[in-house]
Amino acid sequence: MIEVKHLNKSFDGKQVLYDISATFRHGAVNQIIGKSGSGKTVLMKSIIGLFKAESGEVLYDGRNLLDMSKREIKLLRREVGMLFQGSALFDSMSVIENVMYPLQMFSDMSKIDVEKRAKFCLERVNLQTHAYHLMPGEISGGMQKRVAIARAISLNPKYLFCDEPNSGLDPVTSLVIDKLIEDITQEFNITTIINTHDMNSIMETGANIILINKGHKGWEGSKEGIFTDDNQALNDFVFASELYKKVKLASQK
Amino acid sequence: MLGLDTVGRYVELMKRTFSKPDNWKMFWRQLPKEMEKLGIDSIGIIVLISIFMGAIMTMQTVLNTENPLLPRYSTGLVLRDTMLLEFASSIMSLLLAGKVGSNIASEIGTMRITEQIDALEIMGVNSANYLILPKVIGLVLCMPLLVTFSVFCALIGGTGVAYFTDMIPVADFVYGLQYAFIPYYFTYSLIKSLFFGFIIASISAFYGYYAYGGALNVGKASTNAVVNSSIVILLMNIVLTQLLLV
Repeated sequence: MIEVKHLNKSFDGKQVLYDISATFRHGAVNQIIGKSGSGKTVLMKSIIGLFKAESGEVLYDGRNLLDMSKREIKLLRREVGMLFQGSALFDSMSVIENVMYPLQMFSDMSKIDVEKRAKFCLERVNLQTHAYHLMPGEISGGMQKRVAIARAISLNPKYLFCDEPNSGLDPVTSLVIDKLIEDITQEFNITTIINTHDMNSIMETGANIILINKGHKGWEGSKEGIFTDDNQALNDFVFASELYKKVKLASQK
Repeated sequence: MLGLDTVGRYVELMKRTFSKPDNWKMFWRQLPKEMEKLGIDSIGIIVLISIFMGAIMTMQTVLNTENPLLPRYSTGLVLRDTMLLEFASSIMSLLLAGKVGSNIASEIGTMRITEQIDALEIMGVNSANYLILPKVIGLVLCMPLLVTFSVFCALIGGTGVAYFTDMIPVADFVYGLQYAFIPYYFTYSLIKSLFFGFIIASISAFYGYYAYGGALNVGKASTNAVVNSSIVILLMNIVLTQLLLV
């Protein structure tokens, strides 16, 4: 479980996050949602420690990230996997080398075991074997996301962060990636935090949702309450689309 | 103040770069790759430029020193000492600042803007150490080799002019190459090349590592890397000459 308490973050005197408190549940897909520029990515990067928050607490199963030494943060990061918006695969390495990299870096496994584990992770994300030795630039965006997920889970992380996992993907592939993240979260019993503004993804996997609005926590709930709650910030976000306005009208009739 | 801030960030980055690698095995695997990419792959252009430089210098020296008081072997001597004292180390380093420096800055800069460096940090890898240290050590180790190649090829270029034209007898030219040779000049050239290799790799890596935004800024980082490493090479050249020769 990850808890955030009274988190504040600013850049060059301009406050971006205001007193954010939230709990991200263990073994569930937690989502940070909000419009572009609302502060979701800053919140996620502050939770991971890529940005240093000015005040507050970020508790990883009770361990406060903001009180940790550099060495402790380094050790904590070995428990963390992350899927970046653009996949962030190392373009000088092949697909399988990308997945093997964290294992070679931080495990004592033999070369054969490292390769076995990498193949297991790639099989788990349903990547075709012919792609194992291709370079990241030679595979599709959806395949790149799968490889990035395989790399993120290779060291058996306790916490998985996904920054807009569906960006640049078609709706069908997006659903596949959402389902994959949800399955992996439950199968490996990890705390997953997804940063998204994709409504399909929210409705598909949002077990615990936090809405960020202009740097403030605007709303907290689950996908079940997203259409029925009368929170103004939530309604502004959800019903910005004509489609969802029609869905709401239809449900009211 | 801006300059001091940049120097401070450079020193900070070097501190992170020269820390103990997270995994020595990965470092030793990375080092020969970088040596090949930065050093060995530069031999071709160094050889080409040095041969032509040696040939042109020989022709210019012959054409511009038609003085009966000057012995004919002085052409070979001038070429050898100019290459050893200045051209092989300084001019070749300026050339490498363009070729290798832009390569390093754009490679690391692209990794930065595509979040590959963030990915390394999230894994708990010291990204500065993993990415920059093998490049710095690789280039520093290759520089003496490149300088030696440069001197050797320039002398071949000069000998070629003597052999294929009637500007200067080959025997006089070769005598000049051997006349009053001071081995320390070669040592001096190699010492300078080690410093210049460090400057090129570390400054270029610095500009790449702190690149931000998109492709336009990676281009700017690359240009800054070449310009600033060239300036530092020129300044360092004066300091090293003062320290080692005067």
